[in-house]
Amino acid sequence: MHIPDGFIDLPTSGIFAAASAAGIALSLKGAKKSLDEKSAPLAGLTATFIFAVQMLNFPVAAGTSGHLLGGALAAVLVGPYAATLALSVVLLMQSFLFADGGLSALGLNIFNMAFIGVWVGYGFFLLIRKLLPKTKSSITIAASIAGLLSVPAAATGFVLQYAIGGTATFSVQTVLAAMVGTHVLIGIGEAIITGLAVGAVMASRSDLVYGWRGNSSLLEIRKSI
Amino acid sequence: MLEPSLKIEELAFAYPDGNQALFGVNLVINKGERVALLGPNGAGKTTLVMHLNGIHETTHGKIFVSGQLVDAQDKEGLKKIRSQVGIVFQDPDDQLFMPTVGEDVAFGPYNMGLRGAELEKVVTKALALVGMSEYKDRPPHHLSFGQRRRVAVATVLAMKPEILVLDEPSSNLDPASRRELADILRSLDVTVVMVTHDMPYAYELCERAVILSQGIIVADDKTKNVLTNEKLLKDNRLELPVGFSIN
Amino acid sequence: MVRNINKIEISHTELGHHHGHDVGERLYLHRHSIVHSLPPHVKIVAAFMFLFVVISTSITQWQLFIFYFSLILLTLTVAKIPIKLAATRSLIEIPFVLFAVLMPFFGTGEQFSIGPVDLYRAGLLAGLSIVGKGTIGVLIAIILSTSTTAREILRGLEKLKLPQLMVQIASFMLRYVNVVTDEMERMRVARASRGFEATGIKHWKILATAAAALFIRSYERGERVHLAMLSRGYDGVLPHEEVTKVSVKIWIKALTLPFLALLAHLLMIVWK
Ligand SMILES: Nc1ncnc2c1ncn2[C@@H]1O[C@H](COP(=O)(O)OP(=O)(O)OP(=O)(O)O)[C@@H](O)[C@H]1O
Ligand SMILES: [Mg+2]
Repeated sequence: MHIPDGFIDLPTSGIFAAASAAGIALSLKGAKKSLDEKSAPLAGLTATFIFAVQMLNFPVAAGTSGHLLGGALAAVLVGPYAATLALSVVLLMQSFLFADGGLSALGLNIFNMAFIGVWVGYGFFLLIRKLLPKTKSSITIAASIAGLLSVPAAATGFVLQYAIGGTATFSVQTVLAAMVGTHVLIGIGEAIITGLAVGAVMASRSDLVYGWRGNSSLLEIRKSI
Repeated sequence: MLEPSLKIEELAFAYPDGNQALFGVNLVINKGERVALLGPNGAGKTTLVMHLNGIHETTHGKIFVSGQLVDAQDKEGLKKIRSQVGIVFQDPDDQLFMPTVGEDVAFGPYNMGLRGAELEKVVTKALALVGMSEYKDRPPHHLSFGQRRRVAVATVLAMKPEILVLDEPSSNLDPASRRELADILRSLDVTVVMVTHDMPYAYELCERAVILSQGIIVADDKTKNVLTNEKLLKDNRLELPVGFSIN
Repeated sequence: MVRNINKIEISHTELGHHHGHDVGERLYLHRHSIVHSLPPHVKIVAAFMFLFVVISTSITQWQLFIFYFSLILLTLTVAKIPIKLAATRSLIEIPFVLFAVLMPFFGTGEQFSIGPVDLYRAGLLAGLSIVGKGTIGVLIAIILSTSTTAREILRGLEKLKLPQLMVQIASFMLRYVNVVTDEMERMRVARASRGFEATGIKHWKILATAAAALFIRSYERGERVHLAMLSRGYDGVLPHEEVTKVSVKIWIKALTLPFLALLAHLLMIVWK
């Protein structure tokens, strides 16, 4: 889904670049508040994690495999602001270093994956967490559904951009049907993996999960020499 | 009477996940002493070390560095303490976060306000001290583990600390590097706290040894006495290497 | 995203992908050339300007595209980047090429036939445009990343006012990406050495657990790095390089390419 150069026209790319810049500015503000001075190394290692986890191939069938997009996962684990920043940096590096996603399409890609993917995912996560009882498995379920919906949501972002400034000749309806259809399928994979991954983090270090706050207990003093 | 370099009073600490690692540590280290901090895996040594310059906030108990209380709220005081207490981390990859070796060594002195030629001089000297001068422009991840460890030591030496804390400095060093590091440590006029599983190294470098076990200090004596107390060693999962004996 | 993994990868790994291992260093090709020696921010600006000119050109002016491609070839030659390397690395755009190839077969409007197949004119043009512009975009990015180290690119972006926190995040990412992918590789080897091979959806749980372990390790590393920084007096800003001014001459050198492209484009308009 990394859009290349020339796929969406320049004015549209420009509008979304501006939107992305604004969104990043807001996230920078938000991250400062929620992460204080820890933000740089933690968000940096989160970006590294997302980058690495996108390299982890999940085999589907007959030689095809998929990988995680990680928007919802990152949002649940480190919060939406840090997740937006981490994903933006990952996309930035992917386009500059690997030509994965066009340079002029950077704004488009960041908008779809670092904003829509993260915030729609996080929104649904909060909503579903509210509806479910306050248990650890609710977090896993909520994260999973967030993963499921974040992918077609990001794909819808692409369709929107295509409708405004697409240069291809397929009709918007066709593209919408094809993109959302395939991305619902991909979303199912995203849901399973996001759920499993969040579940595994909850099992060993639930305190790291932004979407879950555990409680601390009192310290015990032992007798020394 | 001179203030002790380090004074720890009933220090207890639990990690955010609820795992308590320290259960009331009491320890006094005087100026110029070299103290070995021994103890089995998971005893809390690294956790204790992280408290010594306030990077883990003291939630219970008190720590004084040269008489000054380590207080996470007192940003100015903390800055001073961090320039006095230099910590060499257990994993050099945690310590070397800048793009090149030279920039990494410069990080600490830069934060202390050094610039330009002065900064350059400090960096060159610290790298020369650990024999890593020619690696100045290399990225850390291109170095071997032992080389990274040496650079990690240089990053701390460049800050000219009064108290040098090393978390397992000799692990993964080849014999010559291990001896060279010992020579460097002996040549410095600083207080040294050295966490180690390397008993001969402790014996060679430190006159005093303390054992941390399950989050408390269970022994504090001359290194010789600690290392010859077989029961004490055994109770704390410590062993002298085969063929090594103290007489 | 669904993607096809190539044959070598199928045989024994669930890892491995176009993202190379030693990010930044492996992509970078050390040569001495004008392209290499230009300051990174200047190169980035030139790349974007060139791209803008290309993207705003209509594919019907195919002569211009030939000219653009020659400029790119020229740059590749000057930068001493082997064509083969550029070609292999541009395979990344294949999914979109496939998309574009379908276009002439579906659509509406004017049709024409080549032998037994009927093609749509608009679809063909749009497909060509997507492939042409996409390829140029990919090649430009490749020239940039082959002639500039990742670190330098980041420095260039910083100079072009990428926010400090983003620069720091990216900088940590470049520093630790090898450490983290090494960890991931070690976990894979550990799985493989115990006879595990991921072949289908039934293995997702194990892979997801690995991803979780990777997150925990990365996060804890982030914490420890932060502690290490604090203990050496970090208070939110990383040391800065002294800013060096770039001379007008260098700017002119770097902007020759986009300028030539623009000139050709304008001439074409005037001429039409
Ligand atoms: N970040 C962390 N979060 C939670 N628990 C931790 C963390 N780091 C360490 N612990 C736990 O705290 C205890 C003390 O760990 P510490 O690293 O201080 O041991 P150590 O004495 O340095 O061991 P080693 O000799 O293996 O280095 C251990 O039980 C460990 O599992
Ligand atoms: Mg330790």
